[in-house]
Amino acid sequence: MAQITLKNLAHSYSATPSSDADYALKQMDHVWQDGGAYALLGSSGCGKTTLLNIISGLLRPSQGRVLFGDRDVTDAETSERNIAQVFQFPVVYDTMTVRENLAFPLRNRGMDPAYIKARVAAIAQTIGMKATLDRKARGLTADAKQKISLGRGMVREDVNAILFDEPLTVIDPHMKWELRTQLKQLHREFGHTMIYVTHDQTEALTFADKVVVMYDGRVVQMGTPEELFEAPAHTFVGYFIGSPGMNLLDAQVTGSTAHLQGIDVALGASYAPQTGRTQIGIRPEYCELSATEGLPITIRRVEDVGRHRIIRGEVAGQVVNVIAAEGAEIAADQTRVRFAPSRINVYANDWRVQGGAI
Amino acid sequence: MEKTQNNKAWFLVLPVLIVVAFSAVIPLMTVVNYSVNDTFGQNDFFWNGLGWFEEMISSDRMHAALGRQVLFSAIILAIEVPLGIFVALNMPKKGFWASFCLVLMALPLLIPFNVVGTIWQIFCRIDIGLLGHSLAAIGIDYNYTNDALDAWITIVVMDVWHWTSLVALLCYAGLQSIPQAYYQAAKIDQASRWSVFRYIELPKMSGVLLIAVLLRFMDSFMIYTEPFVLTGGGPGNSTTFLSIDLVKMAVGQFDLGPAAAFSIMYFLVILLVSWVFYTVMTTLDAQETK
Repeated sequence: MAQITLKNLAHSYSATPSSDADYALKQMDHVWQDGGAYALLGSSGCGKTTLLNIISGLLRPSQGRVLFGDRDVTDAETSERNIAQVFQFPVVYDTMTVRENLAFPLRNRGMDPAYIKARVAAIAQTIGMKATLDRKARGLTADAKQKISLGRGMVREDVNAILFDEPLTVIDPHMKWELRTQLKQLHREFGHTMIYVTHDQTEALTFADKVVVMYDGRVVQMGTPEELFEAPAHTFVGYFIGSPGMNLLDAQVTGSTAHLQGIDVALGASYAPQTGRTQIGIRPEYCELSATEGLPITIRRVEDVGRHRIIRGEVAGQVVNVIAAEGAEIAADQTRVRFAPSRINVYANDWRVQGGAI
Repeated sequence: MEKTQNNKAWFLVLPVLIVVAFSAVIPLMTVVNYSVNDTFGQNDFFWNGLGWFEEMISSDRMHAALGRQVLFSAIILAIEVPLGIFVALNMPKKGFWASFCLVLMALPLLIPFNVVGTIWQIFCRIDIGLLGHSLAAIGIDYNYTNDALDAWITIVVMDVWHWTSLVALLCYAGLQSIPQAYYQAAKIDQASRWSVFRYIELPKMSGVLLIAVLLRFMDSFMIYTEPFVLTGGGPGNSTTFLSIDLVKMAVGQFDLGPAAAFSIMYFLVILLVSWVFYTVMTTLDAQETK
């Protein structure tokens, strides 16, 4: 196991990158703790798979270094990096039994048969496949196969990191939940460094201690699920995390007040004057309909999703969603929306601005 | 609601029925008819029952031809299948050379059978053929028109040249369909080259390989044109395979009765072997899944 360091890392698929746009992965510096559970979250094409392939060694970065512990592995082959990877669809050796599948990485490394036997039994126990050890892998269901590939990754005790490339894509929804819980449990039990690539925020937030949100080849924020929710560092994080995402409204900010269409909105902190596009962001969870206070809102529709209701509306031509408790009354005269001042974040050119005391 | 009975749509099938009847059913039935009748000429036939079948089954001539045929099919399968896999594994996966190799591999398959026979017939002649003359020049005693072993070698090499491409192309298609992730996983597991072949490539190719073996078996078992052009079944009877013998009997000697009985049994043998082969392979496959 090892800490993973990315030093000045950047990658471009073109041989002669000239501008920033040519880079699939913009320059980054990160240290990922040994034994951490990280999720790489982002929409398609944001560079998360590129980053994963660089860590696994399938891709050589066009600049920067990758370090496992103190060892520079930038030029090392995948097989030398001592990592495990679980792919998007289950990769198992069809003609082998489950037992042979699990033993395969150990056998190839010439381990002692008695050790292999004990290790395979232990792994089969943890992934809950003891009963099917002697079955051929090809006849199994997709989630069982995915468990085998997970088990094959964990069977080596000294593995540096286990990488997951959207591993639950082909799994049935009810099995997804089970596998995710199992992953979390395995992480707690064995403490492998795990890196999990996904575009599903639920997967990322439930699995990871630290979520790495990527956007347009850049890591825009790395933080705990709570940090991502309360203080998104970039408007993309605000919009991408949460259901529905953060409301973003163009406004002018002076001191601790935002001016929106001639109405003042109180902020929880004081801000220096900003240049460029200024926006305030507020989670729908922290908005509330009111008859008397706040900004005038035009309600387009109300969706009942069971636990709560989502009110889809518009404030000065910009979309604002409000989450109301299931029992709460939505009256005809509630034509205004009120924001909790301390929950408002201010963004200048899409990046969050740190406020000072009022 | 009452259902209206209207079966007139059947008439639409009629043209096909007529075509198939004239192209397949009636000729085949003629063969069946010949196989159970005998004649002394004048188009005057009389019933012979299973006489011709009995005669053919116990005929040494047919046994010998069948033996040669089985040997030939076994040899070319043993060469072409491993060779085809080997070629497919070593073909470039993408880029210009991949297309180039594909075209190159497809070329022998596009040449008409009798032309293939003619090419090799001339190529191997010791007086004017490039190969035959060269071999003679370096002092190798090679003559496919005189020596049975030389004739066999020539025919086998010709068939390998002609048909290995088919096996290679089918395997290549099978290999191309393997997702890259399998190779990556194998790398991570530190699998050897042999393990990658044994546990990833071979299992993924098994489907197309089954088709390839079946096609090559049926084709080689029915081979006629190329050896007919190349050696004409000689020297002596040494390369007289089943279909060559059949044509000799039917067209050369005009023994229609025995030839008809012969061809029906020939047909049944191919059908039987193919069926057994297919059933065994698919049940093996099904068992593995369990």
